[in-house]
Amino acid sequence: MTVSNDKRAASRAILETLGVGKVFGATRALDDVTLRVAPRGIHALLGENGAGKSTLVKCLAGFHRPSSGQIMIGGRERVLRSPRDAHAAGVGMVYQHFTLAPNLTVLENLVLAVPDRNGVSARRIDWKAERARFAQQIDELPFDADLDVTVSSLSSGQKQKVEIIKQLCLGPRILILDEPTSVLTPDEADEVLGTLHEMTRDQDLAVILITHKMREVFAYADRVTVLRGGRVTGDDEIGALDADALSEMMIGEVEIAKSPERAPTAADNVLLRIENLSADNDRGVRALDDVNLTVAAGEIVGVAGVSGNGQTELAQVLAGQRRAMAGRIQVHEEVYSGTRAEISRHGMHCLPEEPLRNACVPDMSVADNLAFRHFDRPEYSLGGLFMRGAPLARRAATLMERFNVKPREPRLPMASLSGGNVQRAALARELGEDVDILVVTNPCFGLDVAAVAQIHAQLMDARNAGTAVLLISEDLDELLTLADRLVVLFEGRAVHECTREQADRRGIGQKMTGY
Amino acid sequence: MEGAADLGWWGVPLALLAGAVRASTPFLFVSLGECLTEKSGRINLGLEGTLVMGAMIAYGISFLTGSPWLGVAGAAGVGLVMGALHGVICGLPRVNHIAVGIALMIFGVGLAFFLGKPLIQPSAPQLPGLALGAWSDSRAVRAALNVNALFIIGVILTFVMAWMFRSTRIGLAIRTVGDSRDAARAVGLDVKRIRLLTTAVGGAFAGVGGSFLSLYYPGSWNEGLSSGQGLMAVALVIFARWDPIKCLYASLLFGGAGALGPALQGVGISTGYYLFNATPYLLTLIVMIAASSRDRALAGAPGDLSINSSS
Ligand SMILES: Nc1ncnc2c1ncn2[C@@H]1O[C@H](COP(=O)(O)OP(=O)(O)OP(=O)(O)O)[C@@H](O)[C@H]1O
Ligand SMILES: [Mg+2]
Repeated sequence: MTVSNDKRAASRAILETLGVGKVFGATRALDDVTLRVAPRGIHALLGENGAGKSTLVKCLAGFHRPSSGQIMIGGRERVLRSPRDAHAAGVGMVYQHFTLAPNLTVLENLVLAVPDRNGVSARRIDWKAERARFAQQIDELPFDADLDVTVSSLSSGQKQKVEIIKQLCLGPRILILDEPTSVLTPDEADEVLGTLHEMTRDQDLAVILITHKMREVFAYADRVTVLRGGRVTGDDEIGALDADALSEMMIGEVEIAKSPERAPTAADNVLLRIENLSADNDRGVRALDDVNLTVAAGEIVGVAGVSGNGQTELAQVLAGQRRAMAGRIQVHEEVYSGTRAEISRHGMHCLPEEPLRNACVPDMSVADNLAFRHFDRPEYSLGGLFMRGAPLARRAATLMERFNVKPREPRLPMASLSGGNVQRAALARELGEDVDILVVTNPCFGLDVAAVAQIHAQLMDARNAGTAVLLISEDLDELLTLADRLVVLFEGRAVHECTREQADRRGIGQKMTGY
Repeated sequence: MEGAADLGWWGVPLALLAGAVRASTPFLFVSLGECLTEKSGRINLGLEGTLVMGAMIAYGISFLTGSPWLGVAGAAGVGLVMGALHGVICGLPRVNHIAVGIALMIFGVGLAFFLGKPLIQPSAPQLPGLALGAWSDSRAVRAALNVNALFIIGVILTFVMAWMFRSTRIGLAIRTVGDSRDAARAVGLDVKRIRLLTTAVGGAFAGVGGSFLSLYYPGSWNEGLSSGQGLMAVALVIFARWDPIKCLYASLLFGGAGALGPALQGVGISTGYYLFNATPYLLTLIVMIAASSRDRALAGAPGDLSINSSS
């Protein structure tokens, strides 16, 4: 092979989209998108919430059919009717939301993902052979997984690795990852992305990475494409870009909200007092064990920990979604058990993790979902029996405006919003009015930079105005910026507590893993 | 139950066993059908209607052709159609499978009564029993061990289904579809088609269950034939934790509960006859209460099974 041939081969794209467009009803999610992905390396796809990133990659993975345009893979045009077609063309994708069957084992999930030559057939599965086959494949991969555990008992980080293993077992030439690191701790993210980075050096593998974290982009990406409002607004080698240039391509000239100052507050009026609280998880195993915690007015208390160490259960007990097995909770020095009456009387609001699943009805409209907290208040109901449509709709519109939920269309089903916009809508409901006590879990999951700044500003504003904020987060940086006090949860116990001044990143990181 | 009398009190457990085997067959078929449908993440409450339709059609065909087995096949066919109907309607956007199920239940029962009017008088050829007790001299034992072939087919079906879920690709696909729609779609499974298939086949099972009612026990066609077996089967599947083999045990238990009244009557205890006849319903209630918990997710429940899911 001559030198010039070699060069041309290297510059040839493994995957190209030519003028791809996608329309959902009245929403134009993608408009004339042209993207070229090289056969090797990590290609980052960036853009604000609702920019169309997930829609674009879902077209590449055969999940959506583009309304217009062409997809070329390996130099040939392909029509991808289903994810199976995409697999056959060498495209594997890890979705923004987990797509593992939770009650099946890891092995069962893997077996089904790798298509049988004869499609879905009544053929017997030779479990022994399959186990041996996947154990060997995983051995060759830089990731690890236990084949025989049920998926629901894995932590988010482990699930994400299984998702990636599932795709790598198909031997893809193009691996798409839609915000894979939003559920990972920074260390886990580095491990996963670092490994993939190396793989794209050693073999013909192109990775398309969607992320909102600039750190990851600059550390691992080779090339960047930016989407805004469904159009490509930037495309370049990473070396040619800096953070400012990127953020301008993503959001334009918009001012990023500055975090308001931390106002001095007394923080001596305890609004939320948790005493010796214990609770079980869904499988009846103790998940919270004898936890003590107080949050005062005008204070943000951060709860740090690796996911799966009791944070979910803590938030659920406070939201009235789970029964405490022991201990008690006091709000405004009154015993609190999480009934709707108590929640509304005490001005207590909660945002759980994965709000689309845990705090919303996906098939109901955005407006309805926004109304859950107050539809039975006098100003929105006639005699507590009939809902008053007009005031509710006005309120929904105001909230969507204030929290910048896009598209500004209150009648769309919640499930059709992009990941970040679901999060914004849920936050709008919980932060949209005066609250005394606010419990938020991972409030900035999947939000773009501008939105993160906005939410942080709002949390700080609430604190300065005298709200007691319990911030449960897996993002240690977020906790270190916002919290006045930090508590570390490990295996359901509060193993460490420190003030903002005492907090040290490494020490807390160690406590989180049980040292 | 005159046979039980010559064994005295020993007749009670024997009659209970025989009654359990006999009365459990419709439970078994309906619950296997419901189990199959629910494993794929959909609930078909219309199986009561399918059961009654199956009973009527089987009786009619058996009467007209003289072949009870043709009747069973016809019942399976009509069950397949009714299940497919449920499956197709639920595949439409914005349709709730619970509501469709209730509508189909009422529709099935009503249609069967309407079409079955002329079948109340005539008597149709019945399914034969297998005399597994031929070795014994005791009339009671022989009567008790006179088992219908459908029961045996049901038992075989139970194990085939359990094996299918455990060890075949299609079984794994059904479980995945039932556990998480998104997971299924991401690996390229056609969720609607698989649910249509399981609902249709589940309906066929229920139809066969109905044919047993009219062609073996009680063995005639009338409007009081089914006493809610189709609905109780839903509770039974929950009790059995979506496991076909446990469905078999649970069916025997429910069947045995139904046989308690007649068995006691057989040895001369007739006070509280109607009360004893209510045991299956009571059992259903107890099962539902015992299975519910506010602290724990139901073990074994398909993850995507919920009353408001559509598609
Ligand atoms: N199934 C759907 N039906 C209707 N509209 C949809 C659907 N899926 C996406 N959209 C719309 O398309 C637009 C792009 O959404 P998409 O999910 O691609 O955004 P994104 O860039 O991935 O954002 P995020 O960072 O928040 O995940 C949004 O306005 C969204 O509301
Ligand atoms: Mg997205």
